[in-house]
Amino acid sequence: MDNLLHLLRQNARTSTADLARELNCSEDAVETQIAELEAAGVILGYQAVVDSQKRPAGFVTALVEVRITPERGGGFDRLANRIARFQEVQSCYLMSGGYDLLVVVEGETLQQIAAFISEKLSTIKGVISTATHFRLKTYKENGVSLLREEKGPRLAVAP
Amino acid sequence: MNLKKHIATHVREIPKSGIREFFDIVAQEKEVISLGVGEPDFDTPWHIREAAIYSLEHGRTHYTSNLGLPELRTAICNYVRKHFGVAYDPRAEVIVTVGVSEAIDLALRALLNPGDEVLYHEPCYVSYSPSVMMAHGRAVAVPTRAEENFRLTAAALAKKITDRSKVLMLNFPCNPTGATQTRAELEKIARLCIEHDLIVLTDEIYSELVYDHAEHVSIASLPGMRERCVFLHGFSKAFAMTGFRIGYACAPAILTDAMMRIHQYAILCANTMAQDAAIEALENGARDVEAMRREYEHRRNYIVRSFNDLGLSCFQPVGSFYIFPNISASGLSSREFSFGLLNKQKVACVPGPAFGPSGEGFVRCCYATSLDQIRTAVARIADFLKEVQK
Repeated sequence: MDNLLHLLRQNARTSTADLARELNCSEDAVETQIAELEAAGVILGYQAVVDSQKRPAGFVTALVEVRITPERGGGFDRLANRIARFQEVQSCYLMSGGYDLLVVVEGETLQQIAAFISEKLSTIKGVISTATHFRLKTYKENGVSLLREEKGPRLAVAP
Repeated sequence: MNLKKHIATHVREIPKSGIREFFDIVAQEKEVISLGVGEPDFDTPWHIREAAIYSLEHGRTHYTSNLGLPELRTAICNYVRKHFGVAYDPRAEVIVTVGVSEAIDLALRALLNPGDEVLYHEPCYVSYSPSVMMAHGRAVAVPTRAEENFRLTAAALAKKITDRSKVLMLNFPCNPTGATQTRAELEKIARLCIEHDLIVLTDEIYSELVYDHAEHVSIASLPGMRERCVFLHGFSKAFAMTGFRIGYACAPAILTDAMMRIHQYAILCANTMAQDAAIEALENGARDVEAMRREYEHRRNYIVRSFNDLGLSCFQPVGSFYIFPNISASGLSSREFSFGLLNKQKVACVPGPAFGPSGEGFVRCCYATSLDQIRTAVARIADFLKEVQK
């Protein structure tokens, strides 16, 4: 199971036939395990890792530090879920440290994100403050380095 | 001028390397997928490379002690004790060398008188027999067989032992066959070594690359063996550091001292920044080794099943990163197979006899290459087989 997840995290498009060969098991076994991982919510989805700097349409990402007021009974969960439901929110994490939520917001323009934060996010009851950091450049995305590092040369035949 | 007559006789007698010959031909071809390499496809993990850069930046460009940096020797002894269960004294029982190759050469030169016999299992790493010849010894091959998954059996070894036998060379997991030894068989071999007073050179270079949760046992860890073993290991394979050229030998002080006498004049010391990188590898490289090992295991599963599906039968090796498939289904000799495959489909694999005559009928394929490349190579080999079997 762990090995299957490892391979899928490297390349989710690997065919079932190849996965079965790499894991030395049958294709049926691979299908069953994937279904189980999906059902258990371990695998949440399959997405391409995209260099958003190369996307034709405008693309802006901001990391927003949000301080919120915890509530009796639910702590941060109700407010965090409320924020996470917005389409603009790509990821939302509860953090240790100087603020509570780290919210990753995506939009086509800077203005769009600014509008979302000032009109939607910061006006929610319980949100105390926000601090917004815009991304300037990407060097590594989801474990994939954007630096196309040249492979060291290797002899074709060696003992 | 006849320069040839000036070449020493024992050097003239060293046969041409089968790999060298094949390499020259492969080098002329373009866009070859190579299963012919004997090294990891991974570049050295970054933190290890960074340690070498740091070393250079800080002017660590001088000689070290002949034996190697004391910190490295301590790290090596800790590692060998932890992973192999054999304790050595970092002050006197370890010597850092330029790869395991140098360590093998030192050990043989330190041990052999002219005519002494050195036993080794075959097919084996290409340097063993020539290294013995260069040390004026007699190389005595003990053939291993596909039916026994190329394991060395005590029975086969016993048949080759004579009054002149002095050294036994072992390399498990094995290049080129991927063979490994069971503890029970090693115990039998150890008993023979004690009975016939043999010194054992155990080349453990692939010992981290073991699969299916198999246990790697070093013969040096068996009762009564530490005192007659030279434990040889290095960083090339597990840490993907072939180009750093750094290895080591651990042995009782009398043996390392003898090796040292040669090393101090021939080499002086191993490369200093490579020694610094090696310390980083031992201290913080375990995760990288495991990540690469896991990757090799998946590729091994893939390539073994694929070759067997093609009718090129091979057992599933539990060590190293080689398979040694039987190519007799093609109706070709090893040489014809390798050269034909290279010419027609641009896939390189090394003919088995490059590793000794008992390699005939086999080729060595290395799976230390990306799965995409392996997949394409398998498809091309399938086309090649269709063509030759027509």
